[in-house]
Amino acid sequence: MWKYVIRRLLYAIPTLFGISVIVFLITRLAPGDPIRLYTFGALNVTEEDIQGLRAYYGLDQPLAIQYVTWISKVVRGDFGMSLIYHQPALGLLFERMGATLQLAFTALFLQLAIGIPLGVMAALRRGSWVDNVVRVFGVIGHAIPQFWLGLMAIILISVTLRLLPSQGVLTVGKDIWDIPDRIRHIIMPAFVLALAGIANYSRYLRTETLDVISQDYVRTAHAKGLAERTVIYVHALRNALIPMVTALGGLLAVLVSGALVVEQVFTWPGVGQFTYAAARAKDYPVIMAGVMVASTLLVLSYLLRDIAYAIVDPRIKVK
Amino acid sequence: MAVGAQAATRAIEAPQVRPSAGLWSNAWYSLRRDRLTMAAGAVVALIILLSVAAPLLAEYVFKTTFDKQDLLHTYGAPALDPPAYLLGSDEVGRSQVVRLFYGGQVSLFVGFVAAFIQLTIGVLLGLMAGYFRGRVDDLITWFITTLNSIPTIFLLIIISALFAPGPITLTIIIGTIFWTGITNFVRGQTFALREREFVTAARTIGASSWRIMLRHILPNVLPLIFVLTAIDVGTIILAESALSYLGLGIVPPTPSWGNMLTNAASYFNRAPWLVASPGAMIFLTVLCLYLVGDGLRDALDPRLKSR
Repeated sequence: MWKYVIRRLLYAIPTLFGISVIVFLITRLAPGDPIRLYTFGALNVTEEDIQGLRAYYGLDQPLAIQYVTWISKVVRGDFGMSLIYHQPALGLLFERMGATLQLAFTALFLQLAIGIPLGVMAALRRGSWVDNVVRVFGVIGHAIPQFWLGLMAIILISVTLRLLPSQGVLTVGKDIWDIPDRIRHIIMPAFVLALAGIANYSRYLRTETLDVISQDYVRTAHAKGLAERTVIYVHALRNALIPMVTALGGLLAVLVSGALVVEQVFTWPGVGQFTYAAARAKDYPVIMAGVMVASTLLVLSYLLRDIAYAIVDPRIKVK
Repeated sequence: MAVGAQAATRAIEAPQVRPSAGLWSNAWYSLRRDRLTMAAGAVVALIILLSVAAPLLAEYVFKTTFDKQDLLHTYGAPALDPPAYLLGSDEVGRSQVVRLFYGGQVSLFVGFVAAFIQLTIGVLLGLMAGYFRGRVDDLITWFITTLNSIPTIFLLIIISALFAPGPITLTIIIGTIFWTGITNFVRGQTFALREREFVTAARTIGASSWRIMLRHILPNVLPLIFVLTAIDVGTIILAESALSYLGLGIVPPTPSWGNMLTNAASYFNRAPWLVASPGAMIFLTVLCLYLVGDGLRDALDPRLKSR
């Protein structure tokens, strides 16, 4: 087991290397000089000052040298100072990590709590209304643009019905531990973010459950007189859930990606919103830190997925 | 005797001669019976038609253009008269319905052209990885893993924010990002197909690697690639609209379904219908493309039919 985990960890290194090269190249090859943008509108900036700043940020070096300097700092967690906030870029992002993780995990919880029972029910009662809902929803849930769903929810629920707040994590002026207020704020963004996953999980689990309940060992379980409930929950569901572990990794990717758009719609102060604002302001250190952090989260989630898969299905280790 | 036997054979054979049904005619046969897929296909065709005909419709039916402002009729509610305000008017009195059709031109162009680009890259890399295996495969797989590990929207946002691409460049960028799914699929199929007898036979008579890949293996993978492509067009339209909504994809004055929502979102108190219609168009188009993809898959390969 440990051998597999270590090998899998080593596989992550070339991936992270590739990501860092892509991110580095995109930001460095982009047209527009960050130093000129940075000093734009400032008075009394001479050409020497600009050259000086360029040398200070190391932008006068060849690309390969710049990369090595940059990556050797990055592995120590130093992405440089934000050009706008004059604070370490990584620190600024970590301040916003809590909000993003809160949103992503609430959404993940909703996906599992709603998607799994829905999928199993659809499979057990084929042709019933639950089954039809799951099948229709399985397509619709993916086709709805998240940001539009968010906007429509704000118009309907916040503006027209005045039921839930439309933005932020907390009402201004409330105590930070005001949990009911926080819950009221997270409901809409979390549901919007969870929708595609609910559709995915329920459709996936429906197919898996249908597969499993037609297998011989389930018939055997029935034949030896086990209660229906025991057959389903102890024998069938356990195996139907195995491939779900694989789906989890891909869905985390969707969550991390989707969070950016949803955070923007609901003014949720997370990593995505911050990276987006940095991209618009060309705050290079924050952009690079933001993409690297989001990608590392993704690599980690793929890693956890593979390890979890090896635990639930021991056959995989042999590969 | 021999002549007699031959005649007899011919007599039996004659009624059996009929055009053999190929893959596509078989698929068409079952597609025609799949009402949902046919309806979805018709909707996609209608949306394409309305978008392509947008200039004509604007001139002869709605009697306006996509950028003609009317500051006396801003935030107009949907009304039948004049026809230009069928779906209301926006913050500077432009016709929402005409802009919707023009927006469709851009969104559909990006969707279909980017899908074609990613299809080309995806198929070529997939064939190479699956056929050559070894180093080539390792390299391509590494690249796929790397690209898949950067959240797509983050990648699109930094590229768009830093390079500020026009519609054509944006289409190419999206095309060069989305190919990993197709590559994975083609790679897997090629792995299996290259061990089959017909590939060995082709190699025995001296066919080159590229000839085997393109003439012998590709035709076997192609049908299901069309399915994936139909679905990818939908996914790309979704990504483009999110990007344009964020103000980074297609930027005004060119209308796209995504950027029509950017402004509308700030005025939703006064004109909620301006938010409703572009989103509904994206939703409808993507939904129908997904349904066509699903239906096509069932028609091409009944074994995969979703239960």
